[in-house]
Amino acid sequence: MIEIEGVRKVFGEGRDSFTALGDVSITIDSNEFFTLLGPSGCGKTTLLRVIAGFTDPTEGRVTLEGRDLLTLPPYTRPVNTVFQSYALFPHMTVAENIGFGLKMLGKPRREITTTVEEMLELVRMTEMADRKTSQISGGQQQRVALARALAPRPKVLLLDEPLSALDFKLRKDMRLELKRLQAETGITFVFVTHDQDEALTMSDRIAVMNHGEIRQIGGPRDIYDHPAERFVADFIGDTNLLPAELLSTEGESARIRLPSGVETQARAATGGQKAGGDVTIAVRPEHARLNGTEGALLPGTLGNVVYFGTDTHYHVDLDSGGSFVVRQQNQPDQQHHRQTGERVGVSFAPGIGQVLKD
Amino acid sequence: MSSRGFDVRRQTGFTTLALLCFVVLYLPIILLVVYSFNAGSSIAIWEGFSWRWYVSAWENERVQAATVRSVVIATAASLISTFAAVLAALATTRTKPWRGQTAAFALINQPLMVPEIVTAVSLLIFFAIIKVQTGYTGLGYLIIAHSAFCIPFAYMPVRARLQGMDLSLEQAGADLYATPLQVFRHITLPQLWPGILAGAMLAFVISLDDVVITEFVKSAGQDTLPTYMLGQLRRVITPEINAISTALLAISVILVTAFFFLSRTRE
Repeated sequence: MIEIEGVRKVFGEGRDSFTALGDVSITIDSNEFFTLLGPSGCGKTTLLRVIAGFTDPTEGRVTLEGRDLLTLPPYTRPVNTVFQSYALFPHMTVAENIGFGLKMLGKPRREITTTVEEMLELVRMTEMADRKTSQISGGQQQRVALARALAPRPKVLLLDEPLSALDFKLRKDMRLELKRLQAETGITFVFVTHDQDEALTMSDRIAVMNHGEIRQIGGPRDIYDHPAERFVADFIGDTNLLPAELLSTEGESARIRLPSGVETQARAATGGQKAGGDVTIAVRPEHARLNGTEGALLPGTLGNVVYFGTDTHYHVDLDSGGSFVVRQQNQPDQQHHRQTGERVGVSFAPGIGQVLKD
Repeated sequence: MSSRGFDVRRQTGFTTLALLCFVVLYLPIILLVVYSFNAGSSIAIWEGFSWRWYVSAWENERVQAATVRSVVIATAASLISTFAAVLAALATTRTKPWRGQTAAFALINQPLMVPEIVTAVSLLIFFAIIKVQTGYTGLGYLIIAHSAFCIPFAYMPVRARLQGMDLSLEQAGADLYATPLQVFRHITLPQLWPGILAGAMLAFVISLDDVVITEFVKSAGQDTLPTYMLGQLRRVITPEINAISTALLAISVILVTAFFFLSRTRE
């Protein structure tokens, strides 16, 4: 278990200072695949470097299984990193790279050889053992970097955007591979990415970061279905934002009035806004349906219809102003096509709309 | 006007001027090399091909002694200056920025800016005091002087190599349980070797070529090859000087070429 408490990091001094991390507190469980997700410059890499020991925080505590990490230099922390650039040692072979950590720990040669062989097998690189790192492809380098960091059996593996240098197809394969490695080794993974798909497909939990702060922590479904605030809703996936009036709340359930005047149930975070105010609600495009205007929550006129192969996006100009996108999965040989200019109504089930914090 | 913009090679007289520069630069050297093979004892009248002056230089005991001395000094100076340069390069690239870092950089490169004659005179006076105090008159003075002015030449390629290195490699080393000393030994040093070798060779050549400082600092009977040649020029000039020069030229060309390839080689 990693406990991060009140970690702040300020670079520079006075007017030129920059707060990379402002009061971050997270608890990461053992054997968890935990993802730090956010746009570039949000502080996610800085937080990773604080855990690894390459950056000293200005304030705060970081402990691993109760042991203070911050007083330890990087080379004594039971934590290994997969670097964004891989940082493989160019003057060593693949096998020497993988065995480096164990060699530095002073393990006997036979143990090193066995572990290196295991690791090569784990990442399916056995035939490449004696190659120089410059003689293997980007995807293979990525796997060597993983094996090198896993070989000393760290308690925690830190991954700094490890897939960003790979092409799309390889990236998708590596997601499954990483998930498999994490399950097989039982090591806690802390994964940094700006790619929402990577975060959603691999993580047990995700911490969404922005401007050096944690905006929301939760499972992929939580974060996607119930974003707590506008930034999270916007950053992850596509979303429709609607102005609404909050009439009453009861636990996580909220009664709202949409701009069309229709009332419905939405979901709100407990201890959120008070009733009677203007709020923003978020609705995912695929969570809404397109029907006739009769009894619809939001009537309007159909604008653009964009065909994407797997699904079709319908852009609806709402009578109450603004637009709304509905995404519907395509079926083979679909007969009925809606046309631009048609009168339509947008609906979504009670409890689908999410009241955002700001 | 052509759309390709200003092309200096298309200007009238460019080719002539360029050729003239090359002729002035290389013709004297070519003549020097050619006359080193002269069978006669003139450096201006060709009398046929012969190795005679190379044999004569090879058998000349004063040339032998000066050559050995030159090589000893150049070897010692390149080792000492390269060692100092590596430390200096590490201190100016691998530390948190410190007060006076820019000043240190300027001080390290000082021998490139201070007129050599000034360094020579100051060393002459400084060493004279020490000689009087200690009575020591060995090669140490020349080695120290050469080491000092070779440092910036050894420093430049080492520093360039350190700056070009990916810092995340050293971080990866630390991440994989290597102590700072182990990181230096297993990660930094193996990649620094081309820079170190290049620096050492450059220092060697610079030391081998030096006349001014050596002439001022040397004690009696401590001629290096260049100061011996300078002494000879004041007496009779025979193609032996050409032969020695040609040999020196060959060594320098080989070392500088090797330096060029070493400093260019990257992963």
